[in-house]
Amino acid sequence: MKILVCISNVPDTTSKITFTNDNTAFNNAGVQYIVNPYDEIALSKAIDLAEGGKGTVTVISVGDVTTDATIRKALATGADNAIRVNATPRDAWFVANQIANYAKENNFDLILTGRESIDYNGTQVGAFVASILNIPSVSISKKLTIEGNTATVEREIEGGKEVLTLNLPAVIGTAEGVAETKIPNMRGIMTARTKPLDIIEPIEVAQLSHIVKFETPDPRGVVTLVDAEDVEKLVSLLHEKAKVI
Amino acid sequence: MSILVYVENTDGQFKKSAFEAVSYAKAIADQSGNHVIALSIGNVAEGQLNLLGKYGATKVLNVNTEQLKSFVNQAYTAIIVDAAKSIEASLIVLSNSFSGKGLAPRVAAKLNAALADGAIELPTGSGDNLQVKTGAFSGKAFAFVALTSPIKVISLNPNSFEIKESDIAATIENYDPSIDAADFSTIVKEIVRATDKISLPEAEIVVSAGRGLKGPENWAMIEELANVLGAATACSKPVSDAGWRPHSEHVGQTGIVVSPNLYIAIGISGAIQHLAGVSSSKTIVVINKDPEAPFFKVADYGIVGDAFEVVPKLITALKTYKGL
Repeated sequence: MKILVCISNVPDTTSKITFTNDNTAFNNAGVQYIVNPYDEIALSKAIDLAEGGKGTVTVISVGDVTTDATIRKALATGADNAIRVNATPRDAWFVANQIANYAKENNFDLILTGRESIDYNGTQVGAFVASILNIPSVSISKKLTIEGNTATVEREIEGGKEVLTLNLPAVIGTAEGVAETKIPNMRGIMTARTKPLDIIEPIEVAQLSHIVKFETPDPRGVVTLVDAEDVEKLVSLLHEKAKVI
Repeated sequence: MSILVYVENTDGQFKKSAFEAVSYAKAIADQSGNHVIALSIGNVAEGQLNLLGKYGATKVLNVNTEQLKSFVNQAYTAIIVDAAKSIEASLIVLSNSFSGKGLAPRVAAKLNAALADGAIELPTGSGDNLQVKTGAFSGKAFAFVALTSPIKVISLNPNSFEIKESDIAATIENYDPSIDAADFSTIVKEIVRATDKISLPEAEIVVSAGRGLKGPENWAMIEELANVLGAATACSKPVSDAGWRPHSEHVGQTGIVVSPNLYIAIGISGAIQHLAGVSSSKTIVVINKDPEAPFFKVADYGIVGDAFEVVPKLITALKTYKGL
């Protein structure tokens, strides 16, 4: 089974989020970049599925040369080879077109993404890729098993869950529960250096949207503390002041 | 030109998020001189369909076949795209629900439309430059996305837009699109819904607890508190990782992001990953025995105290308030 895993290079979870150029660009000064945590779940699942010679795992990421460190980490975790599309990821539509373009010529049985990236929080790339390739997709899966040509997926729905089957090839977005996140071991880190990382040039994609500006949320006011012996006070504050009950 | 709203039903009933989407589309339509056409797919009775007029739809396209009773991504995409083309929609609005997250990009891709997912306010601007505010960086920022294509798609976050009544009598029209058999390759095998529970992503009030509760056997009081408030229950990541509560209750960076009117956090310290999932809540109440817990820094109201003493008292006080 040939598996393609889409990796996003994102600021570390604990990064302070600030902007430059009059709040139009993310300020990456001093920011550590990591493999998007949801993509790590996708990668870990792919490695499990391919284990014991049952398949190969290719990771793909759209980014400039600074993305290589993150891609090497995915290789160290256990991917067999990697592709970097040499472009600044403009938006999800741009990224999806690059991935679909590569996937079209390389016949993958399964394409995995994380359910969303922790920077722009879209759940777009996976379904875009599936739509361009005209294959089925599930955007947020909680469990995934593959048998022959069929994927069985458990996905969350409001107030419950749904189990569905789909034919491969398909694109599946992974969330918690699909796989335990793997971390690179020493051997992985050593071999990652010699695994192939191919760089390809992007294709042209029409731009349909762009980010005009960013804002950071207004800081909440200072907390109003209520005495533990006086919970009735909290109830009346929630009713009269916050008007939420 | 018109605005198409895809309204999602659960077992034939529309939920609040569907009415939010219609109200949202109606507010945009009022600004731009358009009208709103709703599209319902599945087995929905006329009484429910009529409700859509009340929130601003002038017409309801009703696709009602047994085959489409449960959600099939590609088939639903095909129907929405077909309807959008037939009414010459310039904008398609849908809920940013679990199914909506799968649908919106596919619909946008088929229509060469720009997509803003997770809108939290009415857009500004008009025509080929509509600007939509969405969350970014996991609750730590907002992004304003300009949609510059002729056709646009917006998915609306639950609890982000207040329902408004419009008092329109909608006409209901049966709609029978042709769908390719290949669009049914995905097969739903099983749907399990806890009917007695309130769905977490859409809940207006969420009661959430963390490791401070010491063990799964202590969740009865959390459930009782939620019950009194008509709230959904949630938990922190360590709690779901330990198997005390299901993953579907985990709120935070790698779990569910919620934006209720009221979020009550009990025995949760407030790690940055957890805060990412709750920061857009309108009011946050924190109950924690550690006065230094970081959660107090982002809370509106707080009680420093032992959850095992405070929560039962709070349940009693709320019951009195509600006359229960």
